[in-house]
Amino acid sequence: MPVITYREALRHAMDEELTRDPNVVIMGEEVGQFHGAYKVTEGLLAKHGPKRIVDTPISEAGFLGMGIGSAMLGLRPVMELMFFSFYSVAFDQIFNNAANIRYMSGGLINCPIVIRGPANGGTNVGATHSHTPESIAAYHPGIKVVVPSTPYDAKGLLKSAVRDNDPVMFMENTILYGETGEVPTEEYLIPLGSAKVMREGTDISIIGHGRAIQMALRSADMLKDKHNINAEVVDLRSIRPLDEATVLASVRKTNRVLLVEEAKPFCSVSAMLACIIQEKAFDHLDAPIRRVTSIDAPAIYSPPLEREQLPTPQKIFDAALAVLK
Amino acid sequence: MTKKTPSPKKTEVADAGYDARQAPINAKLGPDEKIQFFRDMLRIRRFEERCLRSYQQGKIGGFLHLYIGQESVAVGCCSVMGDNDHIITAYRDHGHALGVGMGMNELMAENFGKYTGCSKGKGGSMHYFDPSRHYWGGHGIVGGQVPLGTGLAYGLKYKGIKGACMTFMGDGAVNQGAVHESYNLAALWDLPVVFIIENNGYSMGTSQERSSAGESLAGRAAGYGMNWAIVENGHDVYEVRDKVSRALKLAHDQCKPSVLEIRTYRYRGHSVADPDSTYRDKSEIEEYKNTKDPIMVYQNALVTEGVLTEELIKQIDDSARAEAETSAQFAEQSPYPTLEDIKKDVYWEVDNPQDKKSVGNLFFD
Repeated sequence: MPVITYREALRHAMDEELTRDPNVVIMGEEVGQFHGAYKVTEGLLAKHGPKRIVDTPISEAGFLGMGIGSAMLGLRPVMELMFFSFYSVAFDQIFNNAANIRYMSGGLINCPIVIRGPANGGTNVGATHSHTPESIAAYHPGIKVVVPSTPYDAKGLLKSAVRDNDPVMFMENTILYGETGEVPTEEYLIPLGSAKVMREGTDISIIGHGRAIQMALRSADMLKDKHNINAEVVDLRSIRPLDEATVLASVRKTNRVLLVEEAKPFCSVSAMLACIIQEKAFDHLDAPIRRVTSIDAPAIYSPPLEREQLPTPQKIFDAALAVLK
Repeated sequence: MTKKTPSPKKTEVADAGYDARQAPINAKLGPDEKIQFFRDMLRIRRFEERCLRSYQQGKIGGFLHLYIGQESVAVGCCSVMGDNDHIITAYRDHGHALGVGMGMNELMAENFGKYTGCSKGKGGSMHYFDPSRHYWGGHGIVGGQVPLGTGLAYGLKYKGIKGACMTFMGDGAVNQGAVHESYNLAALWDLPVVFIIENNGYSMGTSQERSSAGESLAGRAAGYGMNWAIVENGHDVYEVRDKVSRALKLAHDQCKPSVLEIRTYRYRGHSVADPDSTYRDKSEIEEYKNTKDPIMVYQNALVTEGVLTEELIKQIDDSARAEAETSAQFAEQSPYPTLEDIKKDVYWEVDNPQDKKSVGNLFFD
């Protein structure tokens, strides 16, 4: 099976969907002539032409709103946010218009738009460019939120997102763009809302999404090597829809839970998961649920400190031991 | 900060001898069409008066933004819509909805929060929709619909459809960033959109002089290299039709956007909750009513022309009142949505389970 990067996997997904459906259009800042700020869309302009690959001005509220309007008419725009952090400039368009238009029209309208881009910290770009708004997006009924952590998932989930008839916020990660993994050449789709057990285990469930999952896998290796602990690692892959069944099955199997994520702790995805788990699997818990999140402050610039603000394999390792104590 | 002296309004020099009645689009009108415009305007007014009564009776919740005084704008604009033209507006949306042919029953029921409403009682007065009539709302956030209208125009052009999107906003919207971003995109990419500013003089309780810099609102289009015009006599349905149809033609034939500023006036407060006692004199309202009321002016013109008679006027008025009354009864007798309906129409997938592709939980307790 070919080994490609997360970035290439995303590009292949868009390329295939552009070829399949003439209503798919890629829009965003620097997606065409510049080849994408992070080179995700590199080569798509040359192959598909300027009608399908559209460079926008720096005008997120304008072009995202325009994409939403065009989606109401049946286009399938895939809008790139150079940084997902810039979503806040278009907050009204996303959360009043895309999220609510179906509801407020009594189901007469739907909005098949994908808004994608990197949503992560850890690259020393300061608080304005390091937002991780999974929980903020998923808070809104009408919106779907997807966070792939591997090249395979990035491709299969993005293709499903493009075909989805509801608005999907697709959150990537600049640090993962260069990560490689096996991705088949033949077409496949991954349904939104299906979590994946990345590593089977019996002693503790480490559950999360995004790059934190890659850290959790390293922590699981350390737990095995140093303490012969078998940690199960569950990647949510999709926040809304949420695969509660896979999460709860893992909890019932290991009886101990550590939740990990790169976002801040307050009102986060892990906070919601902890609520769901205590409500639906309380009797299966042998210890309190613990979490590893980013330290609760705006993203600090200082490189060594930012590393410590975010989850690390060591922090996840330590927290897992605390759950098992 | 020194108090800003209101800049003198730029005097619009009307084309010498301009007579909107003689414009080609109006000159060809037959009596039936003229009567229809009159009927449409009167229907909007009687519907809204009935809405107001229902609101005062406690039947309608939330806000109620009445269009009374502005009827010539919606009727004039909708009357020049072609088969491939689309329309989107803000929250003062009753006139446009009736203008595109939506029925009073579904609108009144929506105001009452009933399941028979055009949005099943989920949108309310500010959020009417009927995509089958190319009517895309009905939007509550000032200026927020303007990028959507631009996107509808983008979609038309992308699909190779020769149509345009009339994108309405109030004079209060012109200072929102989303509006300027839309102007830029429309001009940059030659999108077939007609931005229509219904300038009723007040953004809620703040007059144009107190909110908007520059001499004219539409004139800001010049900064984007866009065509623009002012419809000075927005109370004249003929002038509205003439100027708007020209902008539509520019969009259809050359795929060029325009900004039109239609000067109009609302008689009621910003919403019914606005006591309308702080920012304008009652005399101002009375003067407009007495000299420029769009229905009265048009009625007088048609009587002079011999198109309307007192008898016909009464018949049309009685019919409009009866239709509005019937809609209130319809709304009253209609059922509310059920608790189960709250979670419907959120996700397309959930409403179309046969085509559902995702798994997992979309809703949470």
